[in-house]
Formats: sequence, structure tokens, C-alpha cells
Amino acid sequence: MLRGGVLFAFGLRDWWMPPNAAAHGFAVDRLMRWDIAAMAACFLLANILLVWLALRPRRKASAPSTWRVEFLPLAVLVVVYIAMAVTAEHLWARERFEGPAPAALRVEVVAQQFQWYFHYPGVDATYGASQPQLVNAALGNPIGLDPADNHGKDDVVASEFVLPVNREVDLQLRSLDVIHGFFVPQMRLKQNAVPGATLHIHFTPIREGVYPILCSQLCGSGHARMQAHLRVVSESAYNAWLASRAKKATS
Amino acid sequence: MPATFTRSVVDTERERKDPGFGGRPPVDRRPTGGGGGDENWDHHRHGRGPRALLTRYRMGIFSALAGDLMFFMALVTAFFFRQSSGHFDGHGAYILDWHQLAIPPILYLNTAILLLSSVTMEMGRRQLFHELDVMEEWLGMGRPAARRAAPWLAATAALGVAFLIGQWMAWKDLAAQGFFFASNPSSHFFYLITGAHGAHLVLGVLALFAALAALSLLHRMELRQIFVDCTAWYWHSMGLFWIFLFGLLIFCQ
Amino acid sequence: MSGIRAAGRTRSTPLQRIVTTEDRTIGIRYLLLSLVAVAAGTLLSLAMRTQLAWPGIRWPFHGPLLPEEYLSLVTMHGTLMIFFVLTTAPQSGFASLVLPQQIGARRMALPWLNALGFWIVALALAVLLSAFLLPAGGPIAGWTNYPPLSAIASAGPGQGGGMDCWLLSIGLFCVGSWFSAINVLVTVLTERARGMTLGRMPLTVWSWFVSSILILLAFTVLFAAIVLLFCDRHLGTAFFIPQGDWVSGQVVGHGDGSPLLWLHLFWFFGHPEVYIAILPGMGLVSSLIANFSRRPIVGYRMMAAATVLIGLLGFVVWGHHMFVSGMNPYAGAAFGLTTMAIAVPSTAEVFSWLGTLWGGGLRRTTPMLFALGFLSLFIAGGVTGPILALPALDQYLHNTFFVVAHFHLIMAMAGAFSIFAGIYYWFPLMTGRLMSERLGRWHFWLSLIAAYGTFFPMHLEGLAGRPRHFAQVTGSTSSLASLLPMERGVTWAAFVLGAAQILFLINLLWSARRGQPAGQNPWQATTLEWQTTPLPNRIERGPYEYHSGTTEADFTPQWETASQQE
Ligand code: HEA
Ligand code: HEA
Ligand code: CUA
Ligand SMILES: [Cu+2]
Repeated sequence: MLRGGVLFAFGLRDWWMPPNAAAHGFAVDRLMRWDIAAMAACFLLANILLVWLALRPRRKASAPSTWRVEFLPLAVLVVVYIAMAVTAEHLWARERFEGPAPAALRVEVVAQQFQWYFHYPGVDATYGASQPQLVNAALGNPIGLDPADNHGKDDVVASEFVLPVNREVDLQLRSLDVIHGFFVPQMRLKQNAVPGATLHIHFTPIREGVYPILCSQLCGSGHARMQAHLRVVSESAYNAWLASRAKKATS
Repeated sequence: MPATFTRSVVDTERERKDPGFGGRPPVDRRPTGGGGGDENWDHHRHGRGPRALLTRYRMGIFSALAGDLMFFMALVTAFFFRQSSGHFDGHGAYILDWHQLAIPPILYLNTAILLLSSVTMEMGRRQLFHELDVMEEWLGMGRPAARRAAPWLAATAALGVAFLIGQWMAWKDLAAQGFFFASNPSSHFFYLITGAHGAHLVLGVLALFAALAALSLLHRMELRQIFVDCTAWYWHSMGLFWIFLFGLLIFCQ
Repeated sequence: MSGIRAAGRTRSTPLQRIVTTEDRTIGIRYLLLSLVAVAAGTLLSLAMRTQLAWPGIRWPFHGPLLPEEYLSLVTMHGTLMIFFVLTTAPQSGFASLVLPQQIGARRMALPWLNALGFWIVALALAVLLSAFLLPAGGPIAGWTNYPPLSAIASAGPGQGGGMDCWLLSIGLFCVGSWFSAINVLVTVLTERARGMTLGRMPLTVWSWFVSSILILLAFTVLFAAIVLLFCDRHLGTAFFIPQGDWVSGQVVGHGDGSPLLWLHLFWFFGHPEVYIAILPGMGLVSSLIANFSRRPIVGYRMMAAATVLIGLLGFVVWGHHMFVSGMNPYAGAAFGLTTMAIAVPSTAEVFSWLGTLWGGGLRRTTPMLFALGFLSLFIAGGVTGPILALPALDQYLHNTFFVVAHFHLIMAMAGAFSIFAGIYYWFPLMTGRLMSERLGRWHFWLSLIAAYGTFFPMHLEGLAGRPRHFAQVTGSTSSLASLLPMERGVTWAAFVLGAAQILFLINLLWSARRGQPAGQNPWQATTLEWQTTPLPNRIERGPYEYHSGTTEADFTPQWETASQQE
């Protein structure tokens, strides 16, 4: 059993990150590869050294010079750390410091125990106002859109996340009840949805396909099944889908 | 004997000379040195002199107070964090739910009382370190120091109780204005901060009563000193904390 | 007399024996308490592993495990292990056991405070475990208890009474650990024998000293957070509950509370806490490595400095748990840098351990094996630290099993190994006997291999995107089903790991009675807890004066004066 499991662990198909499907993901993957490689090397080196030192018989060597065993290697690792930090902080800045392009497609993600809802602003490109008192999934208003607000008339609320390929998306995350975590592994994307706050992230899907959306923040008994799908399709298919949903919404 | 109350210059000298890392310090053969000559641990007097006992308890109370300070710091952080957090209403207008809170004027009086109590406390504490009286007590000829200290402690306790009553009235006052603990954030914090500090003072008052009892019950002079001394330091710090918190409540609303 | 003196062998009434303030007795009680806690925590973890490997498996007398039951297992497991095992045993336990002797003091500075602390912690443990007895079950919000999930009883089963038990228990635990921390602090500051300068304290003492400061400053903040959360739950305040918060069909939020406030307060405590958990282990391992390789530790002053530095920096890195929590990305960048900075002193300690081993020719006794195991596991878990420290990468790895692997290797397993090392090493002080070497070796090798077998594959699961706190990887909507075989592998390894601990228990029981008598200073150690001759008037030696010769008398203990030596 154990053997089977461990063997499988190494012959495993997906024992690394699932294939990337987002524009910024290549940089993330490259960084991940390099840093894990560097640290894995440190790990192996250190442990080989450890075993060797533990097994070899005592040499008549007195205490080694602090410089050789202490500060020199330390300096080397400090350099490694600095390199890791600089490269990673650059990437982080590129992703998070400046906002999306004005042309970006805007979608609101609304989390609640234990569902993801995706709120498209519709043709007027403005989200309808919503109020928690009005939340009622049974009546088809899972995020509490306010019927009094005209901006909401053309809005589309879906439980499946459909996006056009190669178009930047400006995501706006909300949560109705507790903290959830919006996690799309293939998009190298993770951001908590915090009640009482609206948080923005932006990314660009570059490969058509269906990708799982997971909840990465413990949010209650249904945490594990709080999953949805992101479907990245061609521009035209996306427009068709949106139109059909909009018709359903108005009728 | 006096050497037991004020550390002998000689051995402080020696401590200072001690080079620490590695080097070979001057050997010292005082019988009460780092644990005397005999091998029975229970005869070792090192660090067990009255003075050492006092410093030990002082350090205890001070480290405890350092931690306590962090507790209030956390509350203060929460205070500012909460003050700045609002929400958007349905129509995109940003709304802060923090309401100015009119500080009940009685708090100024209470503050004065608390400061006064710190003075009386200090007077009481000083009595127990009054060299001559201390000698008398140490030699078992009556308890002049204790006798002198007791009234001051009693006064402090009284003032402390007065302060607590004052705080209670402040609460009543707010309640009358319709501000309850749960009413809104500023009142959360007002009640929480005054409440937390009040709880500390209740402890302080109890400690004072205990100290009063100790003055007459405890047989060992140094224990009486310790009891009063630690209570005093605790009391003073609570005074300081209050000034700090009061300033927060007044100026940072 | 000498260091070898079984604990609490005093003629006394039962009552006196219960309220005893004898340091070693208290130390042993602390260890027994964490032994109970770790037994419970381990059983819980094995139950979790079983559920993960065979989702929906039916338990005797219970049937299949509900998701919330799984989550309460996780929560209780984490809470028990972090608070009642890794904060209690190495800090309060070992310190009470040997700290006074190591600094040449007759006893702790405030023994009664220490005793009081123990009983409060014991009470806290009882309260925590009682949560399982509640009809609604234990809390399910994880050991970090993020609100609003933890602030609103209706947010999930077990978030009512169970959550209150958690708050009460940990509140008590805070108080208890302050008491023991104050005691340690004062003891180190005032009780050192004459000549036991800071520069002559064993590194164990340094680390107990630093972590007791961390306890004082960090647990108070946790306590404040707990008070606030309690008010939110029962007194209608809104510190953490946001406006219009909508939970299970009703609007419960009536003020602009902010969940992020809790995250900040909790992690301001939480990160120092994890160093509280490991610093004593690091100090102990330093001593053992010096002893069993018969060499002075390389760069003693640097080690002491690094310990202090880790303590200080520990207070400015908490944000690395919050990169994707909605915290300002600029803050994230800053916390990333401070976190990389704190990796440096830890790395320095690793190198000084390796440097001390340099000449080879170690005495491979069981305590030393566990010290080496600690080193290996600390590095294994440590190297993933700087990866998680980078916001750009953590935004993928956060709350995946990569993190679980990280902290089980560096905290759980390294911590466990240091506790084992300490127990094998100091057992003579408790019983006057040595523990069996043969059993010890078996225990070590099984534990080491099983530990890697259990926690290494978790890195891969994490990279594959497997989040934490999932009651099962399979299921109608799950995209992680292909990880099931690896889950099974991990679970089998965990069974071996748990089973290996039985050897340890057997060894404890057997050696306590039949173990070979240790005699004085069985490990030829230099530090004062092994003192064989009375203390000199003043200590004149550093803690690690081993002469790296191969002769028998290759060391000069701290209780020898310059005159006594040749
Ligand atoms: C000290 C800390 C510690 C320890 C020892 C362990 C030990 C183990 N843990 Fe634990 N674990 C945590 C701390 C710890 N864990 C924390 C904090 C979490 C997060 C909880 C949360 O998310 O809320 C967690 C979560 C966690 C998860 C993730 C659950 C999830 O998110 O879905 C899993 C899953 O496999 C797991 C498994 C195990 C296993 C198989 C062991 C096995 O190694 C157990 C085997 C037991 C031993 C090897 C004995 C250890 C011995 C000692 C510690 C010293 C003995 C003491 C004396 C002698 C006095 N743990
Ligand atoms: C004992 C406990 C402990 C210790 C010591 C550490 C040490 C470190 N931790 Fe860990 N950490 C935890 C316990 C611990 N951690 C826990 C419990 C969590 C999860 C909490 C939760 O969410 O439930 C966590 C989570 C955690 C996170 C958040 C992950 C996430 O949730 O997204 C981060 C991110 O920065 C982090 C970073 C670090 C770093 C940089 C160190 C550094 O201090 C590591 C320093 C060590 C090294 C760098 C190794 C040095 C050795 C070498 C480099 C070998 C070189 C030798 C040769 C080449 C010969 N930790
Ligand atoms: Cu939503 Cu976890
Ligand atoms: Cu941390």
C-alpha cells in the first residue's frame, strides 16, 4: 500500500503545478521553478553534508574557522535570498501595484457559503446596486440585486464563470457572509473575498478551456465543495453566451 | 545588617569588573558567593537575601506590566483600525459609522482622584523603605514602618474605590444619553477601555487590601516590603495607563 | 546533591504533593500534560488522514465523517499541537526541569507562580477537550479562527458552544503561559549564580529567555483579540463583523467591523508564537551538537545574537500570512522583505550547527540522532520558508498543502524531534536512569523516514493546487480526485509515524523502571544541570568547553574553577 502510494507520488501526472493558462503565469512559473530548484539544492546539499559529517570518523581537526563554515556560506545564501526577493517583488509589483487597463472586462465575483456567483455588469457596463436584505437564491436573486436600480436591469448573474480568451479581466471580489478564497490554479490566481470589502485583481486568460475554481479559505462545513468552473471561450462564443443570459435575465 | 537592604558596593564592583565572555575574572571566596562552600543546595543563600527577593518580585511585576501594556496597545490599535473602517452604501457613498462620543465630564475628576491616589501610594511605599524604621522592624522592635504606611495604603484604597465609583457613574451617564456598549464603535471602545482598565484597578484595590492585611500578618519584614512595593508599582502603572487611555478617548474620538 | 536526583521525593501530605512548587515536579507535570495533548492530537491527525485517504469511510459506532466533523478534528489537532504541545513542553516543561540548575540557581525565582501557571494550563486543556462533548461538536474555524466564521454562531456547526470553549481555553492558556514566562524571565535575570554572566549561559537558557519575552508580548495581544471576539459574539459589538453581513439567511452585520483586524491581531501573535515553539528546540539542539561532537559550538556569541534577532524580527513579519487576504499589496511587498530578512539569522544558526559538526567523529547516541534529525527536518521545512515569503509565489501556494508541508516539517517534526532529543537527554535527571538506546534508535529511524514520507509529498499536493481544510479531495465537483493515491501514500506513512511513537512510550515506561542507572553526568556534559561537584564560589567557564580531543577527560565543566583544573 505504502509502496504503491509513494511510487505513485513520483510517477504522478500532476505532481507539479497544472499547466498555466494566464498571461502573467509564465513569469510565476519561471520564478517558482528557479526558487524551488535553488532551495531544493540547498536542502540536498545541506543533508548530504549532514550525513557525511555524521558518518565520517573524527579527523584531528580542531574547531574550523568561523569564517569558513559560518560567514562565507551565509553570505552566499544572503545573495541567493536577495536575488529571490528582488525578482519576486518585481513580479508582484507588476501584478498588483497598478490596476487593469481601462478596456478590461469587468466582472464581479460574489462569494457566499458555499457558492460562487459571477456578476456581469451588462451593456451599461455598470453593476446594479445590491443589498443583503434582498438576497434570495430561491427567487433567483442570489446576490441581492436591487430591482429599484436601473443599472441592475441588464446585469447577468451566473454560477459559471465564462470569459473571452485574450482579454484582460478586472475582477471585483465580494463576500456576503464569511471570508472565502478565490483560487484558480491554472490562472495562478488567488485572492480572498472578504465581507465588507471589495477587492480587485486583474489577469488575462490566454488558453481556451475549462478550469476549476476552488475555495482556498476555510469558510465552514461546505468549504471543500465550494467549487465552480471557469470556462474560457472565444470572443464570439462569449458574446453569444452573454446575450443568451441577458435575454433570460430580462424576460 | 544594612548590607542586606542596600547591595554592598564591593560586590556590585565585582559584577562590573567581570569581563564575561571567556576571560578569567577575579576569584571571590565570600562564603555566600555563588552558592557557598557546602554542597547542600538548601544551605545556599545566594540570591535569597531580602534585597534579592525584592528585586526578584519587582522584575516579576515589571515584566507582567510590560505584557499588560501590550494588551492595551492591542486595544488601541483596534481603536484606530476600527475608527477608519466604514462601508459603501447601496449608492456608492462612503459611510463611517463612528459617532463622536461626548466624554462624561466626571472623568476629569476621576483622573484627578487617580493621580492623587498615586501620590498617597508612593507615600505609603516610601514609609517601608525608611532606613531607621526598617532597621527597627528588622530587629523586631515593633513595626513603625508598617504603622506609618497603613494609613497611606488605606487612603489609596479609598481613592481607588472612589475612582471606580466615578467610572461607574460615567457609564451611567453615557447610558442615560443612550450610548450602550453595543450602540456604536466609539461606545464599544469607551466601555471596553474603561472596563478593562477598571478591572485592573479592582485587582489593584484587592492587592491594596491584601497589602494592608500583609502589613500586620506577615512576619518577615522583606515580605511586607515586597507586598507594598509591588502593589505600588502596579498602581502607578495603572495611573500612567489611564492617562494614556484617557488622552486617547479625549483627543482621538 | 548532584544533578541526579529524582523529582519530588519529599515526605509530604497528598495535598502538599499536589500544590508542590518543586521545579522539577512541575516540569515533569508539564511534560506529562503535553504527552496527553500530543496523544490526543496524534489520534485526531490519524483520523483526519484516514478520512482523507478513504473519503466517507464508515467509522465504528459513528458512520461516515461529516465535513464539519473533519474540520473540528483539524481545528482541535492544530490547537492542541501548537499550544498544548509545542508551547508547553519545550518552554515551560524543559525550563522548569533544568533552567535553575543550568544557571546555578537553587530554584526558580517565583516557583509558586510556575505552579499556578501549570494548573491554569491544565484547566485550559480540559476546557478545550470538553468542546468535543458538546452536541454541536468542536469548533470548525481552524486554529486561526478567522471571523466572521468564528464570530457568528450560526455560521457553522460547532461555532456556538465549541467556539466559546476554544476562546475560554486559549484565554486561560494565555494567562497560564504568562505566569510561566514571567517566572522564567525573572529567574534568568536575577537567579544566575555569581559569575554566570550572560556570555556564559548555555544557549538553551538564551532561547528560553527570548521565547518567554515573546510569550509576554505576543500572548497578551492574542488575549486582547480573544476579548474583542468574545464581545462580538455575546455583547453585540461589531469589531470584526462588517456592515450588512449576511449569514445563513439573515443580516447579522450591524456595524463596520473589519475581519482583517482579527487577521492582523492574530498573526501579530501567531508568528512570534511559531518561534516560541521552535526556539527552545534550537537552543537544546545547539547544546546537544556541541556535547556529542565534543566541540565548542561555533560562534557562540553569534548564536546568542541570532536567537535574540529572530525574536525581534519575529514581530515584524506577521503580514506574510496575509499576502492575499486583502491587505494592501505594498504592505505585502514590505512583509515579504522582512520575512526574507528573518530567514538570515535562522540560516546562520544552521551553518553554525553544521560547522560544529565539521570535524566528524560524533558520538551517535539517541539524543544526538534526534538532534541531527531536527537539523535535517528544520532545513527541509526551512527552505520552503523563503519561497512562501515571496508574495508573487505565495499567491499560488497560500493555504495549499505546500504550507502544511512547510510547517509540519519545520515546526511539527523538527519540534517533536527536539522534544524527543531533550527527553532522551534529560531522562536521567528525571529518573536517574538512561533510556534504552536500542529502542531509541528504532524510534528515531522509523520516525525520521515516516516523517519525510508523510510530509514531503504534501509539497507536491500543494503545487498541484490542493487547498487546506478540504474534508476530501474527491467528490462531485472536485478537480483534485487524481491526488487520491498520493493521499493514501501519505496516510500510510502517517500510520507508520504514529505507530513509531508507541516505541517511545514503551521506552519511557520500561526505562523509568529498568533502564540502566545513569550515574553522574552520563553524557560528560559541561552544563550545570549535570553538576557532579559542588558549585564553586563563582562560575568561571563558558558553557561549551569541549576540547575536541579524543581522550576521555576532553571537557571542562562549568562547575570547575580554573584552580581545580590540573
Ligand atoms: C506541533 C504541531 C503539530 C504536529 C506535531 C502535527 C502532527 C501531525 N499533523 Fe498536523 N497540523 C498542525 C500542527 C501539527 N501537526 C497545525 C497547526 C495544523 C493546522 C490546523 C489548522 O489548519 O487549523 C495541522 C494540520 C494538519 C493537517 C491539514 C489538515 C487540513 O488542512 O485538511 C494534516 C493533514 O494531514 C495534519 C497531519 C498531521 C500528522 C499526520 C501528524 C503526525 O506527525 C502526528 C504524529 C505524531 C508524532 C510524530 C508525535 C509528535 C511528538 C511530539 C510533538 C513530542 C511529544 C511530546 C512529549 C513527549 C512531551 N496536520
Ligand atoms: C516552528 C515554526 C515555524 C518556523 C521556524 C517557520 C519558519 C519560517 N516560515 Fe513559517 N509557518 C509556520 C511555522 C513556522 N515557520 C506555520 C505554523 C505556518 C502556517 C500557519 C497557518 O496558516 O496555519 C507558517 C506559514 C508560513 C508562511 C505563510 C504561508 C501561507 O499561509 O501562505 C510563510 C510566508 O512567508 C512562512 C515563512 C517562513 C520563513 C521565511 C521561515 C524562516 O524562519 C525559515 C528559516 C530557515 C531556513 C531558511 C533554512 C536554512 C537552511 C538552509 C537555507 C540550508 C542551507 C545549507 C546549505 C546550502 C549547506 N511560514
Ligand atoms: Cu468558501 Cu472555503
Ligand atoms: Cu509566520
